[in-house]
Amino acid sequence: MKFSKKTKISSEIPTASMPDIIFMLLVFFMVTTVLKEYSGLPVNLPKAKRIEKLKSKRNTVQVWLSKDGLVSIDDRLMAADDVSTVMYDKRLANPQIVVSLKGDEEAEMGLVSKIHENLREVEALKLNYSSKTLVE
Amino acid sequence: MANKRRFKGGEIPTSSMADIAFLLLIFFLVTTTIDTDKGLGIVLPPPGDMEIEIRKENILNCLINSQGKVLLDEEPTNLEQIHRIVGERLRSNDKLVVSVKAHPKTSYKDYVRVIDQLKMADAKRISIANSN
Repeated sequence: MKFSKKTKISSEIPTASMPDIIFMLLVFFMVTTVLKEYSGLPVNLPKAKRIEKLKSKRNTVQVWLSKDGLVSIDDRLMAADDVSTVMYDKRLANPQIVVSLKGDEEAEMGLVSKIHENLREVEALKLNYSSKTLVE
Repeated sequence: MANKRRFKGGEIPTSSMADIAFLLLIFFLVTTTIDTDKGLGIVLPPPGDMEIEIRKENILNCLINSQGKVLLDEEPTNLEQIHRIVGERLRSNDKLVVSVKAHPKTSYKDYVRVIDQLKMADAKRISIANSN
């Protein structure tokens, strides 16, 4: 009796759908990366050691503080006392908001203190003094 | 006599498509810089003038003058020494509240360095007084 040989099983990985998978990955990465929205003011950030990272970019508002005493949020210059009005809207839209204070090394504490007061007024209490890592 | 060329049906070569897509993917991965905001976190007190009575021995006053010189409980202190001294005080009294007060003309840099030192000493209760 003769046995018919088994037909060869093809042992190839199907590559026809490979481009689709990779394109999907590509699109995923393109959608999830948040690009820099605002350029802000030119500042020299102070340096510190005990630095923590802010988790999500969507929950942060950057408040820029230049050494000349200019204050800017979302690329709009404003007086320090107007920070509360702007932050009020932002906090309503997102209660989990974290303020990232990008202050210049040479900025004066009087101004920083004013911003503290403004933030407290609208209960935007989570604050982060943006700084670079200090290397000894 | 010229023999007619037979049209065999055109095809786009798709075998290298995966490589091209991979290249694009790697390009985007490399060029997107993920610059996360990092810095010293702090939580401000809620609005309103609350007065909490704190016993005097539980307060450590930390004053910064306009030249960036630090006074820790009436004692002039070197900036690098703060975390050591505050750490010692915290170990002997865990209810210690550090009250930081800066002169309005103090530069932000000096203030951040003091806060950094307090964080290094693991001081959880930091109170920031109004500069004005």
